[in-house]
This record gives sequence, structure tokens and C-alpha cells, in this order.
Amino acid sequence: MTPLTAYLLVAALLFAIGLAGALVRRNAILVLIGIELMLNSANLNFIAFWRYGPHPEALTGMMFAIFSIAVAAAEAAVGLGLVIAIYRHTETTDLDRMNRMKG
Amino acid sequence: MSVVFYLVAALTIAGGLAAVLLKNLVHAALAVTVAFLGLALLFLSLDAQFAGFAQILVYIGAVAILIVFAILLTRGSDLPKDGVFSRTWLIGLAIAAAVFSVLGWAVLRSGPVLPNQSAVPTVTVHDIGVALVRRYVLPLEIVALLLTAATIGAVIVAMHEKGGSQ
Repeated sequence: MTPLTAYLLVAALLFAIGLAGALVRRNAILVLIGIELMLNSANLNFIAFWRYGPHPEALTGMMFAIFSIAVAAAEAAVGLGLVIAIYRHTETTDLDRMNRMKG
Repeated sequence: MSVVFYLVAALTIAGGLAAVLLKNLVHAALAVTVAFLGLALLFLSLDAQFAGFAQILVYIGAVAILIVFAILLTRGSDLPKDGVFSRTWLIGLAIAAAVFSVLGWAVLRSGPVLPNQSAVPTVTVHDIGVALVRRYVLPLEIVALLLTAATIGAVIVAMHEKGGSQ
């Protein structure tokens, strides 16, 4: 097994764990944590391909990972703000109980 | 593969699993911080120093704190009476297992044709900075705008009260 394969397998496992967290948990904050894990595993793929790819001096994978980190941080801020707003409105963060679109 | 890689990978996977499985939300936030730290160590082991330290600064420094704040503001540390897993947890688990098996199959099948450059890339933070203000200057500006808009949007969304009065 080459090093790149090992890193890709770790990233795939982490992505599956994040997806499972986003799908099976009831709490909205835990769903956001799962999405963060999925984004991070994608970043690991970018960095691993940058390290073992043929042209690391072009910095493509590295730049993609850095911009992805920035976008994920923005996503986390807006997502948690939305969770807090919904909690103020419905007094719950349980996604199974958020079944209305009208306030 | 070195022992360090296996240790760090095990730490990351264990952190992720604990974050998904632990019932108490505060414990889950701590576990996901461990997973973020393991990912930063994996970045460092891939000779990506800048991305590793950016990961520590952004995720452990900012996102973990944001998650803890959200847990505190929503009283998420109280355990729900009817379980922490959704009604459709079995379907979610099956989807996650299917995704992992497809991804793992694809990675293992394409193993021989994947690139495998063993030379350590000689990229310094200086090179990254130069690339950010030359070739990638437009994405950098767009990310700056996005971060500003996201910060203002998050504050406005979280500040909004019922009845329109703030």
C-alpha cells in the first residue's frame, strides 16, 4: 500500500463517519459537526494529492485546501447562527421536531 | 508507512467516531476537537506546514469555540429523553456504509495508477504568500468578501428576535 492510498483511505473513513453523524444524529449542532468532518476529510485528500502529485510547486491542491478551510469556517459561523436562531424560535435543536416551514 | 502515521490516523478516526457516538454534546465537541488536531497532524506529516497550522488556528481556535458557544446558547448539554439518534438512523448508517465501501473500493482499485512522488516538495510559506497575491488574488478577494458577508449574516441571523424587534 502506497502512502497516498493510506491517506485516501483515512479520508474516506473520516468522510463516512461525518456522513453517518450528519444522518443519524437528532441534534442540529451534531449534524454541523458531521459536515465539518466531511469537509475536513476532503481537505485531507487535497493535501495528500498535492504532496504525492507530480507538480507540488504549482500549489494547486494546497491553495484549494486553504480556501476550503476559509469557506468551511464561514459555513460553520452561519450554520451555528441559524441553529441559535431556530432554537430561539422553537426552543429545540432536535431536527425530528423541526417539521414546519412556517414560523 | 511509519508508526507515526498509524498513531495519528487512529487518533483522528477515534476522535471522529467519539464525536458522532457520544451522547453528551460537550463531550462530542471535545472529541471533534481531537479529530481536528489529528487532521492538523496529518497535514504536518504530509509536509504541508502552512495548512497544518491554519487548520489548528481556524478549527481548534475558532470553529471548536463556536460549537461550544452554540451548545451553551441552546442548552444542548441537557440529554434528550427520547435518545440522541434519529428515527431513521438505520438508513443513515446504511448510506454511510455504502459511501465508505464505494470510496474504499475506488481507492484500492486505483492504487497502482495513483501518483507516488516520494520527493519532499520544497514549498515555503513565502511561496504560498506570493502565490496568494499573484495567481490566486481574485479567489483571495472573493474569500475575504465571503468571510465578511458570513460574519455579518451570522450576527444578523442569530440576533433576530420574534416580532421584528431587535
